[in-house]
Amino acid sequence: MECCKKEGCGIECCNMEGRRTKRILMALCSAGSDLRAQKISLVGLLLFLSFVLMAVFSLQLAPYDPWIRFEPYLLPGGEHILGTNDLGNDILSELIYGTRVSLIVGFAAALLATITGTIVGLLAGYYRGMTDEILMGITDIFLMIPQIPLIIVIASFLRPSFWLVAILMGALWWTSTARVVRSKTLQVRENGFVQAARALGFSDFHIIFTDVLPNTIHVIAPKFLLSIASAMIAEASISFLGLGDPTMKSWGTMINFAFTRGGFINGYWWWYLTPGLCITLFVLCVVLMGFAWEEQEQEYRRLE
Amino acid sequence: MSAILADAAPILQIEDLSVSFDTAAGQVKAAENVSFVLHRGETLALVGETGCGKSVVASSIMQLLPGNAHIQGRAVYAGRDLLGLDEREMSRIRGSEIAIVFQNPSLALNPIIRVGDQVAEMLRVRKGAAAVEAMQKARDMLSGLGLQGEKKMRMYPFQFSGGMNQRVMIAASMILSPRIIIADEPSKGLDGALAKEVMAEMARIKNQSGASLLLITHDLNLARDISDRMAVMYCGEIVEIGRSEEIFNKPLHPYTAALLDCLPERGFQPIPGSSPSMINPPSGCKFLPRCPKGSERCNRMPGMATVEGMSTAFGSSESIGREVRCWLY
Repeated sequence: MECCKKEGCGIECCNMEGRRTKRILMALCSAGSDLRAQKISLVGLLLFLSFVLMAVFSLQLAPYDPWIRFEPYLLPGGEHILGTNDLGNDILSELIYGTRVSLIVGFAAALLATITGTIVGLLAGYYRGMTDEILMGITDIFLMIPQIPLIIVIASFLRPSFWLVAILMGALWWTSTARVVRSKTLQVRENGFVQAARALGFSDFHIIFTDVLPNTIHVIAPKFLLSIASAMIAEASISFLGLGDPTMKSWGTMINFAFTRGGFINGYWWWYLTPGLCITLFVLCVVLMGFAWEEQEQEYRRLE
Repeated sequence: MSAILADAAPILQIEDLSVSFDTAAGQVKAAENVSFVLHRGETLALVGETGCGKSVVASSIMQLLPGNAHIQGRAVYAGRDLLGLDEREMSRIRGSEIAIVFQNPSLALNPIIRVGDQVAEMLRVRKGAAAVEAMQKARDMLSGLGLQGEKKMRMYPFQFSGGMNQRVMIAASMILSPRIIIADEPSKGLDGALAKEVMAEMARIKNQSGASLLLITHDLNLARDISDRMAVMYCGEIVEIGRSEEIFNKPLHPYTAALLDCLPERGFQPIPGSSPSMINPPSGCKFLPRCPKGSERCNRMPGMATVEGMSTAFGSSESIGREVRCWLY
């Protein structure tokens, strides 16, 4: 404004100048945030891929068999990069083998939860009315169940196994996916092409799975990633409580062993710190990717 | 065009179709006592201003109305009342025997499926055709409508213009050779020249397969150009029905005359007043508040009157005669 008075130019020109600067600034800001979001999601993706590779090639990557005994309580360094535990098992090998178990449980639970939630959400959102009321009522009931305590109770009655934990979590964790998918379906079903597909004589089943579902994938995918994260945390907590499968080594059971066999009390930090870090890192990378995805989705919506 | 009319058999008979919607403001009477006959191979245009219930008639024939709609009357196709069919039977008829082409084609196509697949999907899913064969037929159909080339088949609807999408929509609707095509405002969103071109192609395919076309439009010139007969709707009722050229040359109903006077080449005169409420319509003739020729008797509901002199002059049978809903005739 000051420049206007001094140079005596019209206010209009000054406003235009200001507007242009603002526009450039805004463009820069949004480009910056895009870049930052991209970087963060890239870091997440790289971490995620390295964990997946670790799980797939654990046999080749692990320096030793995780069940072989060496000298116990070795500090990290030397032949055992991350040290050994009370039985003399190599911690690095345990970690690498544990990746496979932890990831499989997390993925299986998340996949089950996402499939159930997607189907419930699609049916409720597409048919609306009574179907919607009933399915959403069931969802509300499932939301009320305290999940971890229920898993603890069931796991303590049945023979502990990772499959059981995965199935239980899958059966309990679909509720939020169902709600998100339902609301997106309600939106998508009002589109002209759904009406047009009906007018062309396609069955409801066909419309739901070829017209509605592909248009809701972008909300389902981040939801799937986030449920992997929560499933892994839940698996770790259940294993930590000693309800996991003692015959298989996951990150959660490693912490549980460290806890029950005196690792915490005696300060053998290398025993429980690394599995804890692995859980945190994996959950973090999954969450980062999920958030970046969701953010992008919101960005598209703004553009629309 | 109209030579086939004289001995054509009716393919779709709409009898006393009334549609009303329950809304928060009250019951909206979108269509009342609509009756007309669509003959084999004929093009019938349903014209009228926006909101007069044209599209409601089309959607109720296809059973595509939302749940708050109440439908009465009959729509007889091949000896069966379409309005009484359940969803499963109806979905078998949709697309393969009666197809509808919607307005706003860019929204009527799935944005994330390639256009070639969307046309081929009809054959694959509805007729169980093999994928390769379905694609080949879709390619033929689309190139017949002016979309040649493998590259176009692999594009997405958002990469197409409105006119191109309308062609895709027409291809998808007509690939199963339906016997009746309902075109709901097919020219909306397209510019005049393009609309004419698209409609001409549609009419050509229609004539090849011998299908009937129910054209719903507010574009009177388009209706005159391609239709054999025309039904003028006002406020949920058909007020006049007859041959297109007769209606254009000598409109009988005051509303038809007023509507034609709105055309730029006929003086561009707007109709005074506005359409009455569809919730509480006038008890007598619905055009009375705006009619220049209104009189006392118009407070009673006029029936459909057949105007003999007009139709016999053209030597046609009674079923395609001129009918007017006005006390003047």
